[in-house]
Amino acid sequence: MRVMVVIKANKDTETGAMPDEGLLTEMGKFNEELVKAGMMLAMEGLHPSSRGARVKFSGAKRTVIDGPFTEAKELIAGYWLWQVKSMDEAIEWVKRCPNPTGAESEIEIRQLFETEDFGAEFTPELREQEKRLLAQVAAKS
Amino acid sequence: MTAADAHRSIDAIWRIEQAKIIAGLARMVRDVGLAEELAQDALVAALERWPATGIPDNPGAWLMATAKHRAIDRLRRAKLIERKHAELGREIDTRQETTAEDLAAALDDDIGDDLLRLVFTACHPVLSTEARVALILRLLCGLTTEEIARAFLVSEPTVAQRIVRAKRTLADARVPFEVPREAERAARLSSVLGVLYLVFNEGYTATAGDDWMRPQLCEEALRLGRILAELAVHEPEVHGLVALMEIQASRARARVGRSGEPILLLEQDRARWDQLLIRRGLAALERAQQLGGELGRARGPYTLQAAIAACHARARTGAETDWARIAALYETLVELTPSPVVELNRAVAVAMAFGPAAGLALVDALIPEPLLEGYHLLPAVRGDLLAKLDRFDEARAECERAASLTRNARERELLLQRAAACARGPAPP
Repeated sequence: MRVMVVIKANKDTETGAMPDEGLLTEMGKFNEELVKAGMMLAMEGLHPSSRGARVKFSGAKRTVIDGPFTEAKELIAGYWLWQVKSMDEAIEWVKRCPNPTGAESEIEIRQLFETEDFGAEFTPELREQEKRLLAQVAAKS
Repeated sequence: MTAADAHRSIDAIWRIEQAKIIAGLARMVRDVGLAEELAQDALVAALERWPATGIPDNPGAWLMATAKHRAIDRLRRAKLIERKHAELGREIDTRQETTAEDLAAALDDDIGDDLLRLVFTACHPVLSTEARVALILRLLCGLTTEEIARAFLVSEPTVAQRIVRAKRTLADARVPFEVPREAERAARLSSVLGVLYLVFNEGYTATAGDDWMRPQLCEEALRLGRILAELAVHEPEVHGLVALMEIQASRARARVGRSGEPILLLEQDRARWDQLLIRRGLAALERAQQLGGELGRARGPYTLQAAIAACHARARTGAETDWARIAALYETLVELTPSPVVELNRAVAVAMAFGPAAGLALVDALIPEPLLEGYHLLPAVRGDLLAKLDRFDEARAECERAASLTRNARERELLLQRAAACARGPAPP
């Protein structure tokens, strides 16, 4: 299964100040560990909400609100996408993460929707050929 | 923490740590079977202790230390202690020569090297293919005997016996715990990649059962492939295989309909293809081709298959597919790994690119091929191409023959419908 591991924002991430070098090195090491474990699918860090915007919906009306947004702990500062076997495995990895901002912070783990159904498949070329069979049958019957 | 919570955490920790622990121990005791036993002992100790004491801050180090103590006990009992102590001493000496900063990095490297040794050992040619698959899933992926049995639709005792025998074979043959040297490295690596791809395909092309363990196999193979790509960074074919698996896995969501029926490539809703996996696959392919170029090596079979898969992945619609390029890639592939099935695929691609007559000439050449005797797709492809050339009587006969050979009911129905359509002659304009 896949999980999105969301790093919540705090005052520090919202100021837009880069973390200090020690923390960057630690996070770099952790990221490398994730890649070496074959589970890291993607990762992104986000600018502070001052460079973001929100679009509010109310019926047919749309209202644009420019950042920054105040409730820092409801905001996100970055995310990873991981391939894991279970939520427990994801939790175990998150526990190993260096404190992502150095200060009071939170990481949230959410499971992605996924179709678990796999079925028979031929090679693409043979399937292509069979697809044409279908089309011909449809055309002629 | 309740005992149940602790057990779930321990399971997760075990999954993360076990391959590294087994690999580290195997270097120490030079016996993969014994290493796994010792690692299991450490797991049992954790299961006994952690629910009461709580989980240690660095559970991996705790497990490794516990297992190493057991290993030393074992060695002492086996009266090997002096020799091994000397070895361990030497190891510590060499490590002390390095600076403190280097040490952490060196230890990390060691873990990587040990894992690579474990992969090569588990795929050693003294073992049968089935044994290699079982050992890889057990030692590297941490699947239980029960999980492996379910994935391969065999009984648990069969898998257990396979694993026991495999470990004994490795010990009896005194297979060294090492990454093979240059001379045999290519052949050994191809054995490793073969095992991974077999595991992937077992999950991907599963027709029997809808057990969740089957897709799990794809995930395990892909994950292990990604790990291997980090361990053997300079091997183009490792990246080629990863690229192939990423791109194939990208279609997983689109290839099965609501009622479980297979959906053919050109009918698939390409919006459901996983673009993240496609991007990863194309990046891995790029890496494989670049590395191969730097090393002056021709593209290997996995890189070529990945390049073919990439042609489909890049086409936004089926009509945009670059069939001429696919046909050319198949030609290279068939020269490298001659196989009538690959040749049949090439024939289909050639027909798509250059017309049915060109494809039919290649298919006709395959008729005497004994390996394709009884293979329903040969007459199916031939029937299709004959129909396109308005040779309807021959086409009908081929479709009926294909229908009699296939074991898939849905496919049989399709082929019989097509045979009937051929009997009616040309399609209305």
